[in-house]
This record gives sequence, C-alpha cells and structure tokens, in this order.
Amino acid sequence: MPLPEILLGLLWIGVTAYVLFGGADFGGGVWDLLAGGAERGARQRALVEHAIGPVWEANHVWLIFVIVLAWTGVPSVFAAVASTLYIPLTLTALGIIARGSAFAFRKASTLLWQRRLFGAAFAFSSVVTPFFLGTVAGAIASGRVPPGIAEGDLAASWLNPTSLVSGALAVGTAAYLAAVYLTRDAQRAGDAGLAAAFRRRALAAGVVVGGLSAVGLVVLRADAPRLFDRLTTGAALPLLALSVAAGVVSLALLAWTRAFLAVRVTAALAVVGLLWGWGVGQYPRLLPGVTLREAAATDAVLAATLGALAVGAVLLVPSLVWLYATFQRGDGQGEGESGDAGAFPRAENNS
Amino acid sequence: MDVLVADAVNPHNLMAARLQMALSLGWHIIVACLGVGMPAITLIAEWRGHRTGDPHVQLLARRWAKAMGVLFAVGAVSGTILSFEMGLLWPGLMGTYGEVIGLPFALEGIAFFIEAIFLGIYLYAWDRLPPVPHLLSGIPIVIAGVASAFFVVTANAWMQQPTGFDTREGRVTAVEPWAAMFNPATPPQTVHMILAAFMVAGFSMAAVYAVAMLRGRRDRYHRVGFLIPFTVAAVITPVQIGVGDWAAHFVAENQPVKLAAMEGVFETERGVPLHLGGVAVDGELRYALEIPYGLSLLAHWDPNAEIAGLNEVPTAEHPPVNVVHWAFQVMVGLGFALLALVAWQWWAWWRRRDLPRSPWFLRAAALAGAAAVVALEAGWTVTEVGRQPWLVYGVMRTSEAVNPAPGLVYGFAGVAAVYAVLTVATVYVLRRMAREKPVPVAPQERDVSDYKVV
Repeated sequence: MPLPEILLGLLWIGVTAYVLFGGADFGGGVWDLLAGGAERGARQRALVEHAIGPVWEANHVWLIFVIVLAWTGVPSVFAAVASTLYIPLTLTALGIIARGSAFAFRKASTLLWQRRLFGAAFAFSSVVTPFFLGTVAGAIASGRVPPGIAEGDLAASWLNPTSLVSGALAVGTAAYLAAVYLTRDAQRAGDAGLAAAFRRRALAAGVVVGGLSAVGLVVLRADAPRLFDRLTTGAALPLLALSVAAGVVSLALLAWTRAFLAVRVTAALAVVGLLWGWGVGQYPRLLPGVTLREAAATDAVLAATLGALAVGAVLLVPSLVWLYATFQRGDGQGEGESGDAGAFPRAENNS
Repeated sequence: MDVLVADAVNPHNLMAARLQMALSLGWHIIVACLGVGMPAITLIAEWRGHRTGDPHVQLLARRWAKAMGVLFAVGAVSGTILSFEMGLLWPGLMGTYGEVIGLPFALEGIAFFIEAIFLGIYLYAWDRLPPVPHLLSGIPIVIAGVASAFFVVTANAWMQQPTGFDTREGRVTAVEPWAAMFNPATPPQTVHMILAAFMVAGFSMAAVYAVAMLRGRRDRYHRVGFLIPFTVAAVITPVQIGVGDWAAHFVAENQPVKLAAMEGVFETERGVPLHLGGVAVDGELRYALEIPYGLSLLAHWDPNAEIAGLNEVPTAEHPPVNVVHWAFQVMVGLGFALLALVAWQWWAWWRRRDLPRSPWFLRAAALAGAAAVVALEAGWTVTEVGRQPWLVYGVMRTSEAVNPAPGLVYGFAGVAAVYAVLTVATVYVLRRMAREKPVPVAPQERDVSDYKVV
C-alpha cells in the first residue's frame, strides 16, 4: 500500500479512537449536565468522574495525534480547513480548555459551590465542544472547504444543514457511547440501580442517534449528493449497513438483555461503521478538486513519520493496554460495592 | 516593508494573531515547565520517602503529585490549543512547511501519549500498586516529559535555522525530515529549554515552602519541602549559566541580527563594548553602561572581534530592538541573581549543613520562583521576538503566514478572556490545595480522601 494511503488510514484510526474514547468522555459530561441537582445527581456524577478521571488525558491525546498527522501528511489541506473553519475550531479549542481544566479543578475542590461552578463549566463545555467539532466534519463532508487559505465562506461553511446535523450527531453519539460504557461500569461496580438508570439513558440516546442518522442521510442527499451516492450505492455501502445493523443489535441487547459488555462492542461498531463509511465515501477526494495524492507530503516525510509511529506504537500499545486494564479491573480496593459507596463526592458532607 | 504583503494583510489581524500566539504560548510554557520538572522532583521525594520511611517526605510526594495532576490537565489542554492555533493563525506556515516540521511533532505526540498514560496510572493507582512498581510507573513520565520538550523545541529551532528542505516557487519539493529536526540550533536551544524547565519547577516549588517558613512553620515537613526542589534547582542553575553562554555563542555565529538586537548594536565594529541597560532611539542605543570590549570578548572570545550591527540589514528587517535588548538583560540578570542565591545556600551548607540563618535568604528564595518564571518568559521573548520580522528565519515572514480571514481580533479577545479566567482559577485552586490538610492515599481518588496520612 502506498505511503499516503497508509498515513491517511492511520489518521482515520486516530479519528476513530478519538470518537470512541475521547467522545465518550465528552458524553460523560453530557450526562453530568443532565444528572439533576447536587443531591440527586451525586451518584451519577461520581460514576462519571470515577470512570473518566484516569483516562481522559490519554484519550484526549488522540485529537493532537490527528491534528499533527494532518499537517504532516496533507499540509495544504490542514491549512485550508484550519483557516476557513477558524471560527468553529476556535470555539472547539476554548471548549477543550474549559472542559479539561474545569474537570481537574472540580476534582481538586471540596466546597459545594466550587464543585458546582467547575462542574457546570465541565458539563456545558462537554456539550458544545463535540457540537463544533461535528460542524467541522460536516463542512468537510459537504465539500464546503475549498483549497487555499481562508478561501471558503467563514460562516456558511459550518452553518449549513449538513454541519448542523453532524454537530447534533456528534453530541448524540458522545452521549450514547458514554451511557453504554457507564452502564457496564455501574454493573461491574455492583450498583444495579445506577446500571438501570444508564441503561435507560443509553436506550434513549440510541434512539435519538438512530433518528438523527436517518435525518442526516436525507440532508446529505440534498446537500452533499456525491457523498450520499457513495454511501448508499458505492464502496461505502457495506460500512453503512454494518453501522445500521450494529446499532439495531445494540438497542435490542440493551432493551432485552443485561449483556452490557457486548453492547459496548456493538455500539462502538455502529460508530466505526459510520465514520469509515464517510471516510471511504469521500476517498480519494479530500477537498473539492484536491485528491489525496495531490495533497500528500513528500515520501521522505511520510516514511520518516510512519517509521517513527511504528516504533512509538511498540511503546504505546502495551502502555495503553496496561492503563485500561488497571482501571477496568474489578479487583482494586477502590472498586466493588463497598468501594463505590465511598466514591460519592464529598460535597454532601460539606454542604 | 514588502508592499505586496503589507497590502494583503490587515495589520490588526497580524497583531491579533501574534498577541494570541504569544499569550497562549507564554501561558503554556510555564505549565509545561512545571510538567517537565515536577515529576522528577516528586519521584525523588517518593523514593526518599520509601527508603527512609519518613512520613513527612511521603506526604510531600503525595501533595506534589496532586498538584501535578491539576497542572498536567491544564497543560494538556493549553498545549492542545497551540496545535490548533498553528493552523488557525498561521496557515501560511503550516500549509507550506507543515510537513517539514511534522516529524518532531509526531514524535512529541507519542511522548505526550506516554506521559498521559503513565500519569493516569501514577496518580490514580497509587493505592493499587506496591511501592516499587508505583515508583517505576513514574519514570516514563519523567522521560516522556523531557522528550516532548526536546521534540517541540527542535521545531522551534528549525524556525531559527531552517534546514533540510528544498523549495521551488513557494512549494516544498524535497524534505529531509531528520536534517530539519536536527538543525544547527537544536542542540543549544533544547538543552537550554529543558534545564530552564527544571529551574522553574525547582525554584517555584521551593518558593512555596520558603513562604511557609517565613510565616514561622519551620518544622521538618516544610524544611524538606524546601530542600528537595531547591537542591534540584541549585544543581541545574550553574550548568544553565554555561549552557546559556553556549546558546549565546550560537546566536552570535548564526543569527547576527538577533545578537545585534539583544545587545543594541547598530553599527558593525571591532572591539564592541557590552551594553548594560539603555534605550534604542532613532537607530542608536542611548544611556547604556558600557563595558569596553565586553561583547566582542563574550561573543567570540576575542576583544577585537567584529560584531555585525543591525544596519547590515534594511530597517524593515530589524526586530523590535528595545524589547529584545531588555528581555535579554532581564534573563541574564535574573540568571545570575539565582546563581548568587544558590551559591549562598551551598556555602551555608558546606559550613554548617544548614540553610543560611538570615531571613533574607528565605525572602530571596520566596521570590526566586517568580524570578525563574520571569527569566523563562524573557528568554522566550529573546528567541521569538528576536527572530522577527521572520517567522522562518530568512525564509518566510510572519506577515506572509498569518490567516487573512477577517476578525482574528475577536478570536484574540475570546482567548484572552478565557485565559484570564483560567489563570484566576488555576491560582485559586492551587492555593487552596496548598492550605488543605487531608491527602488521600491516591492523590486523585476521592474514594479515600478522608484517609489521614500523618
């Protein structure tokens, strides 16, 4: 396989990992926002905080990985996207700052008003950030970012039907993935009530995301007919079918079984199918009139970067496995029923 | 100034983009230095605590780890913004040269990944791992932190000494990524930056305990809390003065215009004096204290060496002389002041195995944290403002790279407001953490936050 395709594939793996892991961390913030008052929502918030605390920074690095690979592998495309879409990207950047720092500050705070203030910043930015990232995806997918620097319409490029649906879909997907993951976390912690609550949320979010996807296809048909054709007839069709099937199976498993670990897999597959369907549907055209080959960096750069990443993967993959294994095992002192009873924020004690 | 460029770019846009970049980088660089330096200092404390069983040292390690968790989170997000801003503000740079500097950033991404992974394990699995594996889990954080600082600074060094690529009609036609990464400026700049990170971390952590001791809390906990980070800074500082000299010689050889701005030299001459203070007005440095032959001697080890003046290049290619000159003076002055403080401490330790008795020592040490940060920012200003009007030295002007989209001023206003809030919140949270009493077993786990360590 030629170097530009390998690099693009890696970049898309990075996007997928960011959506599956980083996206779910954003979704945790969505549920934090919807958890209700300080008393009532305490158990849910504690579970969210407990689940994403150790891993969100590592999950966040996928975004940096994607950005760096984009400017290394397809520099002119990166410049075109960043300059035309600088408004939603600046808002995304501000959302990322607010979210990450507020999460860390809330963890370090003890007084109720502080936890409320930082918690609100964390939860609110968890909703708006994926929305803006989604509008960026919609702008690229609907061919509204022309090549060249700041050549596109600064507003209409991301304020259009495809972008708005994509934004909503991004928030919905994040919330859905988070609810599915958290259901299993609550089940493993032995908290049946909390597991049931997140199961209901996962079902609701799943139905909403399914509906949004259907709306998205209709919008795409009118707004980005080329991508729609590729998705519904071309090479991307099997991936779209996989996405739909996995989505339906997830909802069925959630509704009628307690196989929450299996739902994690099928829910992730549904999202992977959607993302790779888009990728395959758009390939090889990155921007209107610009193919991958035209935009790709020189082979020397691609070879050096891919070599460095291959060496890096030898270090990274076992480290990541150890990280997730450490915090997904149920045998630690902080886990289990007794441990999680203590996992509530101390806010109540101090109020 | 290049007329075409001046026409194409709105000067407000350029200024807004430069200010936004300066603000985000100047903010991030402090947190990043703490992120590079603190893990090593914390691990030293944890290791001492494990070896001696001293509960004071163990408690210090846990509290530092907790603060590190907050600072790392803030550093991770403020660093992400920078990678966004590379494209949002400077698409002209990234669209053309993104691939030339891509390799070190890809490597930095790997290093940052490893840092984040092991930080998660180190902070949250403190109570789940036995002491020695836990200590070992901290070592990748130190290595990856230093490595990411190295990789990022190689990209900046490339902007000072661009090598490893060919262009034809503004398009990059061939790249040698390793040659671009290991450009001539890489060795002095990376070493100078990494040592600066340890100085900033050491002096600012020690400053917290110097303040506490000035307030009368002179128990073992506060003494050790002062001594561990201060000793790290005290070992690094003399080395840094030598490395700084190396970096300055490099600038003298390779970026004569920057050296001329640093020293306020306008005319090319032999036997040039060293200028202390002074203001550049109308192409001349006034009111400076002159040390005869000083600059020629320091820059080239020869009192009669020739120093190229700013007037060798057109006025449009002069960097802002006063900013660069004063930033350099501030950095060097503070560097020597910190060296004097360190020497005072070494002398007292050699005489009596104790800190100097004078309260002035603690007062100075309390200021040393801020002084190290100011020296850091001043040094960064010398590097970056001294390179102007070039973004890539001799290759691309800053005004050619800026995003021409209108309204960058509003983006800057938004970013400035967010950073103001972020600064207040960070300082507030860290101050509260310093005053709080109980520390959980695992520094980031609330499950066990009522656990009393001492």
